[in-house]
Amino acid sequence: MSAAKKSDWDVSDIDTWGPERHQLGATIPVAGNSEEVETGGWRSQVPVISPEKCTGCLLCYFYCPDASIIIEDGKAAGIDFEHCKGCGICARECPAKAIAMKAEEKE
Amino acid sequence: MSAKTTILTLPREELVYPGNRACAGCGLSIAYRIGLKALGPDTILVVPPSCLTVLQGLFPVASTKLPCLNVTFASTAAAATGLLGALKMRGRQHTKVVGWAGDGGTADIGIQALSGAAEREEDFLFMCYDNEGYMNTGVQRSGTTPQGAVTTNTPFKGKQQKKKDVPAIMAAHGIDYVATASAAYPLDLYDKIRKALSLSGTKYIHIHTPCPPGWGFEPRYSIKVGRLAVETGYFDLYEIEQGMLRLTGASEKLVEKRELVPVGDYLRSQSRFRLLSDEQIAEIQAQVDTKWSGYYRAAGQAAAE
Repeated sequence: MSAAKKSDWDVSDIDTWGPERHQLGATIPVAGNSEEVETGGWRSQVPVISPEKCTGCLLCYFYCPDASIIIEDGKAAGIDFEHCKGCGICARECPAKAIAMKAEEKE
Repeated sequence: MSAKTTILTLPREELVYPGNRACAGCGLSIAYRIGLKALGPDTILVVPPSCLTVLQGLFPVASTKLPCLNVTFASTAAAATGLLGALKMRGRQHTKVVGWAGDGGTADIGIQALSGAAEREEDFLFMCYDNEGYMNTGVQRSGTTPQGAVTTNTPFKGKQQKKKDVPAIMAAHGIDYVATASAAYPLDLYDKIRKALSLSGTKYIHIHTPCPPGWGFEPRYSIKVGRLAVETGYFDLYEIEQGMLRLTGASEKLVEKRELVPVGDYLRSQSRFRLLSDEQIAEIQAQVDTKWSGYYRAAGQAAAE
């Protein structure tokens, strides 16, 4: 998943919108703009990958509810920290124990 | 049926984007993400109020890369019927219409529209993700909440009534394809969706979906709890075609092995079953054993023929 990019639909001033600016049926004209929303702040624990243990089974990528495992060359290469909610399913399901959950350090 | 899909042959294109408001460890997120890969981009989704509307996006955010129509609670199947008619008028019959509702939008509030559409044999796929309660409004009991589960409106004794068997109700309509699946077995779900899309008429898939906050377990155990439900024989994966029930995937393997995990392991993994006594669990175990001795007998007869 690439880094968040701004969509064409500007909603930064949506609090000031009157009825004339809202479309009928509360239509959202863009699809997938949730990417701009960060859910990484929900984490209390953060997954840490040990690349040398990864066998490339892709189970972490497969079970991740938020598609936040970055796969490169058939192996888990990193985590999309803007969106990872820290559920820990990847660490629980990894058969090679290549992912560990560590306490999140907040600045 | 075509060869089974594996993780390596799964389409890489993501149709549901992160940044959505589903809870951490949500079973629905997993089923939805893999399910949309099976549906493909040429699909219109019809969704009633449910956790899925929260996942799809609270205005002005949308997480799904497909056209989604959010309709009133009772009207999922009716709106899907209307969409089919509109697409037919415009000559766009290749576009698939899929209703995806929660257990409330299927078993309780949405059942008359769904039953009507199934009787009319409308050509769409209806999927119910069954997290066994009204979860996004604060864990209230639904028709598919299992017996004994504590919810916010059955707080002292747990739910006293039995779980409504929605796949059996749908199969009683005589539709061509009814299947059950689990969010813990997404590839099984993927193959069932692909199969359903190849058939005409109304198709129904019922997805058992673990819910960490509603069922009371740690988010990292979503897959484990979903898997336990199947391994204990508490929830079965099957397909009903032409009235014939056939166990599939992990449940089919259980018939060969004849080794069910004790149902207590599943019930004790969640705090919603904390009020169940050991005697009540033994009763549930007896119900599960009776159900499975029927499966074993049917498998024995099929082998003898």
